[in-house]
Amino acid sequence: MKYVATFLVLFASYILLAGFYVQELILGAIVSIILTIILAKLVNYTIDYRFPVKLLVFIFAYLPVFIWKLILSNIDVARRVLSPKIPLNPGFVKIKTDLKGDFAKLALANSITLTPGTLSVDIKDEYIYVHTVDVKGKTLEENTKNISGIFEKLLGGVFK
Amino acid sequence: MEIVSYVFMIIGGLFYLLGGLGVLRMPDTFDRIQAGTKATTLGAFTLLIGIGIANPDWLLKVFLIIVFIALANPIGSSALAKAAYRSCELPKNLVQDDLKELFGGEDNDSN
Repeated sequence: MKYVATFLVLFASYILLAGFYVQELILGAIVSIILTIILAKLVNYTIDYRFPVKLLVFIFAYLPVFIWKLILSNIDVARRVLSPKIPLNPGFVKIKTDLKGDFAKLALANSITLTPGTLSVDIKDEYIYVHTVDVKGKTLEENTKNISGIFEKLLGGVFK
Repeated sequence: MEIVSYVFMIIGGLFYLLGGLGVLRMPDTFDRIQAGTKATTLGAFTLLIGIGIANPDWLLKVFLIIVFIALANPIGSSALAKAAYRSCELPKNLVQDDLKELFGGEDNDSN
């Protein structure tokens, strides 16, 4: 099951990039089989029958919020860069995540990086260390709520 | 349709310009990384979407490229920031520094 799903995902991306020709289909199949074997051996992950559902939830619940936040963060950057005296109040803060699994944490860290004024620097166990341009909260809970609250909720719905 | 695609490409270019300005104007490494990452990510997205609209055959490929950029760009900037924290002098105006507990503060150059 895991092998078949991985193969299909790899093969689909290959065909998308290469185009729909007979030679490409054959080469894509060979490359995908080799990559599937390597990936399944080296990387620890699971794909199950709920994967398409998760993907749909991801696209329709998470992506709109993500893109909106990305646009907001660019406006924020523009505002800071174009103001004569750059308003800064920087610091490294620690936030806590309840998400389990490497992919969930990766998605959360990436979302944090692309939201206004924050940049995730490192992950250690259940804590994510974030550089923020404007330190607002004092405590761990406050910072967690400000920085990752909405994404934590959305990604919790996807990676369960 | 052509005009829409050009508008998208111009907006993308403007975001890149913004990123460049940010890298020039921000006072320290981490703020520079932030400005650079955000502006170039959205800039690449809009530019690629513009290209996809101009050539509808490429639209799927363009979306695949966008997915890879969305994955790779933040990871790269996180790696840069981590390396910068470990090896550079930290900015003077930090309000709070929780990362210290992870890397042991100042005397970290040996590893």
